Amino acid sequence: MSHIVIIGAGECGARAAFALRERNFEGQITLVGAEEHLPYERPPLSKDALLNRLEPKLVSDAARYADAGIEVLTGLSVESIDPAGKTARLSDGEILAYDRLLLTTGARPRPFPGLSGANHRIRTLRTHSDAVAIRAGLQPGAHLAIIGGGFIGLELAATARKLGARVTLVEGLPRILSRGVPAELSAVVAARHKAEGVEILCGVTIQELSEGPDDARIFTEDGRTIVADLIVVGIGAVPNVELARDAGLVIDNGIAVDAHLRTSDPDIFAAGDCCSFPLPHYGGRRVRLEAWRNAQDQGTLAAANLLGTEEAVSAVPWFWSDQYDLTLQIAGIADGATQAVWRHVAEDAFILFHLDADGRLIAASGIGPGNSVARDIRLAEMMIAARVRPDPVALAAPGTKLKTLLAA
Amino acid sequence: MSNWVEVCATDEIDEEDVIRFDHAGRTFAVYRSPDDEFFATDGLCTHEKIHLAEGLVMDDIIECPKHNGRFSYKTGEAKGAPVCVNLKTYPVKIEGGTVFISVA
Ligand SMILES: Cc1cc2nc3c(=O)[nH]c(=O)nc-3n(C[C@H](O)[C@H](O)[C@H](O)COP(=O)(O)OP(=O)(O)OC[C@H]3O[C@@H](n4cnc5c(N)ncnc54)[C@H](O)[C@@H]3O)c2cc1C
Ligand code: FES
Repeated sequence: MSHIVIIGAGECGARAAFALRERNFEGQITLVGAEEHLPYERPPLSKDALLNRLEPKLVSDAARYADAGIEVLTGLSVESIDPAGKTARLSDGEILAYDRLLLTTGARPRPFPGLSGANHRIRTLRTHSDAVAIRAGLQPGAHLAIIGGGFIGLELAATARKLGARVTLVEGLPRILSRGVPAELSAVVAARHKAEGVEILCGVTIQELSEGPDDARIFTEDGRTIVADLIVVGIGAVPNVELARDAGLVIDNGIAVDAHLRTSDPDIFAAGDCCSFPLPHYGGRRVRLEAWRNAQDQGTLAAANLLGTEEAVSAVPWFWSDQYDLTLQIAGIADGATQAVWRHVAEDAFILFHLDADGRLIAASGIGPGNSVARDIRLAEMMIAARVRPDPVALAAPGTKLKTLLAA
Repeated sequence: MSNWVEVCATDEIDEEDVIRFDHAGRTFAVYRSPDDEFFATDGLCTHEKIHLAEGLVMDDIIECPKHNGRFSYKTGEAKGAPVCVNLKTYPVKIEGGTVFISVA
């Protein structure tokens, strides 16, 4: 094999490129990215980058790509793939011939239904330039309205409060973070936001958004009008699958891959936010994750499999979010749990362990100031991978070192 | 020139565990390995300056609590993404059941 092309220069694509070299691949590597920057970290965009970082936090600096012999083409997108001829066509007309291809095209914000055209006061947050534009609108006293009580919206709310903006957050469901986060944790998050002065409106259906020269407005179904200087829509993300679909690859809530991250074309792999894959430890159900460590893990795994290692996905999903001084961490997937065990970690810090009907640990969700829950969540993740059935009483006892339960 | 500083009694660090040690405006992480040796590194992760002592020690690895960056605490070596800058390590000695590190 002589040329591996990676389409999508985000966390996952960058990781895959380096991992190929770590595995001693000596052929040509081309990493193509539509954004103008070298691959950078997205998590800071809703957190401290909005406060104090003018430049994106790069995954690696230019010298490391050069040293590793990775050619990075930024500001160029791949417009089509010809799987039969094994070529990819770039937006500048160039044709790249590949031996194997990796798709790490990520995801993009789900647009607000019915909203079209370029909006200045109604935005989404995914890229560094989105963050720059949002920050410009967050002067002290400005009114920010956020649509969607998911992680990105809530992190943005916290950051905007630090910048002195007034924040209203509108969520259609009865509570924030209803996807994948237990009610006990989302209650802690909601209470904290309220204490910090964020107005959270749950169970509110939005009828329409409008933008004028001086403000942007949310019209709710129950007749309210929320007038803001800036509206940020955070209602989830959709995977970038168009390129794969046009090439005839199977799509199923993302670019469908097998446990080895191989698409329906044997020479094309996909990884990260753009793909759906069978999740081990959970009966092989097909999921698509939008998580930073998953992007790294799958990038590393895809590199191995591009080179012919038949290694299956084995990682347990893991995610964190930072809001104010609180960090929330979740390992595993709690759907299907029949029992939750509460563990007190410290004042203001606790973990819920989720067990299935067989008593197996399938997820753990924790929240607390700083990194107070991190170590136990990490151990829980290892217990999930080891398919442990821990004693619920021991799990709940603050004195039990979780390490001792790993072998249970 | 070495500058030995007293950290704690040996039994204040569990086997395969780590504590935070602050001294003269600096912060360190001091480890006890599963085979009962002691080591010391800079206290903060090289990714985002997070205290490593809240992380998890497994064999000769310290894993950062924030984003799971991994280092060898014996050599300071960064073991891959998201961390790529090594940790500085410091000499450790045990005398009369007390752990000392050389912070010079
Ligand atoms: C604001 C924000 C905060 C986040 N915070 C957290 C967090 O706290 N914790 C956590 O676990 N996760 C977090 N995430 C999620 C995490 O950042 C993503 O899971 C991760 O970035 C996914 O990496 P990826 O490489 O798969 O996709 P992406 O990062 O989306 O990268 C894909 C890249 O491919 C490019 N591309 C797409 N199509 C083409 C094409 N045809 N040609 C060329 N280039 C193309 C895109 O422009 C993009 O640059 C956050 C995400 C955002 C947006
Ligand atoms: S702060 Fe340590 S890995 Fe990110």
